[in-house]
Amino acid sequence: MNIVVCMKQTFDTEAKIALDANGKINKQGVSLIMNPYCEFAVEEALRIKEKHGGEVTVVSVGGPEAQDALRQALAMGADKAVLVDPGMEEVDEFTTATILAKAISGLQYDIVLGGFRAIDDGSAQVAGRVAEILGLPVVNVVTKLEIADGKATATKEIEGGSQVLEVALPAVFTAQKGLNEPRYPSMKGIMQAKKKPMEKKTLADLGLDAGQVAPKVKALSYFLPSARAAGKIIPGEPADAARDLVKALREEAKVI
Amino acid sequence: MIFKLTEEQELLNKTVRDFAESEIAPKAAEMDEKEEYDLSLWNKMAEMGLTGIPYPEEYGGAGMDNLSYAIAVEELSRICASSGVLVSAHTSLCAWPIYAFGTEDQKKKYLVPLCSGEKIGAMGLTEPSAGSDAAALKTTAVKEGNEFVLNGTKIFITNAFLAETYVIFASTDRSKGHRGISAFIVEKGTPGFTFGKKEHKMGIRASATYELVFENCRIPAENLLGEEGQGFKIVMMTLDGGRIGIAAQALGIAQGAFDQALNYSKVREQFGKPISANQGLQWMLADMATQIEAARLLVYQAAYLKDTKQPYSKQSAMAKLFASETAMAVTTKAVQIFGGYGYTREYPVERMMRDAKITEIYEGTSEVQRIVIASNILK
Repeated sequence: MNIVVCMKQTFDTEAKIALDANGKINKQGVSLIMNPYCEFAVEEALRIKEKHGGEVTVVSVGGPEAQDALRQALAMGADKAVLVDPGMEEVDEFTTATILAKAISGLQYDIVLGGFRAIDDGSAQVAGRVAEILGLPVVNVVTKLEIADGKATATKEIEGGSQVLEVALPAVFTAQKGLNEPRYPSMKGIMQAKKKPMEKKTLADLGLDAGQVAPKVKALSYFLPSARAAGKIIPGEPADAARDLVKALREEAKVI
Repeated sequence: MIFKLTEEQELLNKTVRDFAESEIAPKAAEMDEKEEYDLSLWNKMAEMGLTGIPYPEEYGGAGMDNLSYAIAVEELSRICASSGVLVSAHTSLCAWPIYAFGTEDQKKKYLVPLCSGEKIGAMGLTEPSAGSDAAALKTTAVKEGNEFVLNGTKIFITNAFLAETYVIFASTDRSKGHRGISAFIVEKGTPGFTFGKKEHKMGIRASATYELVFENCRIPAENLLGEEGQGFKIVMMTLDGGRIGIAAQALGIAQGAFDQALNYSKVREQFGKPISANQGLQWMLADMATQIEAARLLVYQAAYLKDTKQPYSKQSAMAKLFASETAMAVTTKAVQIFGGYGYTREYPVERMMRDAKITEIYEGTSEVQRIVIASNILK
């Protein structure tokens, strides 16, 4: 059972987002982590491998800094890592998915896993696009995954409940919170990670050129949410305060 | 000089920080209040391999260096000093002398389960009348046939009761003074080995501290660690290394209190602005950050010297002295920055200030560290 995990490095969930002079997101000094949804995907891949054998390859599109997140996946127990540096300032979901699909097409795989979305841009498109390009079925927001006899039984979230699907392998699955509890890398895993292969590739290595993967969507501007206005405290005896509150909700906030 | 951690050290740092923040932080205040360590955390640390970091893989260790070990203790202590000392006393005071002086059989029997975390380790040196003057210990070990018979009492023993494996120092020949001291491996449950009272402490309250009582406790002669009369050398070398662990613990406590105080100073408003907008407070924060950075360089240097097999006795004493005094100074200021809230148990800086004090006392008081440093520079 060979498993490929698409992994993205993102800003730390606690990072303070600021814009630079050009109105772009300032990446200076922001600590980076493995996208938490991708962490679920890595963990699931390791559990499948532990049960069924095989190899786990983690693939990422990004700059050299993304090696840290790949190394974490190797320390958790993945076998190989592939990093494709697109060498481009701006990418979109089309760019990333095209590169990932090309990189994955050169690998042996029965299962492709990814986070259902990244916590930074949150577009939730990449894994689906990869499936489309590779001609594979895809099951999104998976909370349970079982593999048997060349088939997968996946439980996915739907509005108001869950749905259980059966799909033939190879297939793509995207991980939702609740799929598993990711392990911490062990100290032995950290020591072994440096001995595991980390392939660094360029677009040319994959037989792609910048034109083929040029983004189709352009971000026009970024802005931060406006600062929250201060709350209002209504003073007085409970009965009076409640009356004033209802009045304010009706007349000022116009919510009732 | 290259002031840069390796990729492995970086990843270890991040991993232990994540673990401490996610798993230990929610339990730290309660463990302190109950004066009891939650051993499910120990089991998780064992699973991650935090219980044998600087020992070779053949003994079940992680095969990492002492700097990695120091970083791990620092990161645990940043959240919970009791977790830091649990790992530090286990690793430095029990596993290390067995690793450095044990026979192959002793290592297989005792070091392997310590590294895997299956067993917790402790060391017994201090006695009511032998603290800083370790050579004055009164516990005796008399050889009878194929056994040693231990008699005496040890006090203030970190990890006692929880630990299954103890490295105990006793005199095999009182007439020879410190040259008559020997080291022994003693298992919990050996007849004649019992626990006295549990200490109720100011800080590191989740860390177990007990008296050990030996009454005609018979242990096999093969449990002699090193040679007869080698005990004082073993204890001094063990403490040289142990100081790196405690220095790292002190550094972590200081960093933890500083992080809390820094965040609080940015959100706490008085007179219509965050208190961090006041220069008086900024200077406090600047001093705290500077002391911590200096302490970190001393601690990492001591670990680096040990890793590169250079003499490190002086530097580990300096690191322990400076880091522990930094922990006390920084936690005191952190409580000051929190004001009245800092004095309550609602916020962790109160616990951190209580935890900091012991780092100036155990594994050699600040005064003993100064003696060690002076004896090194006056040689």
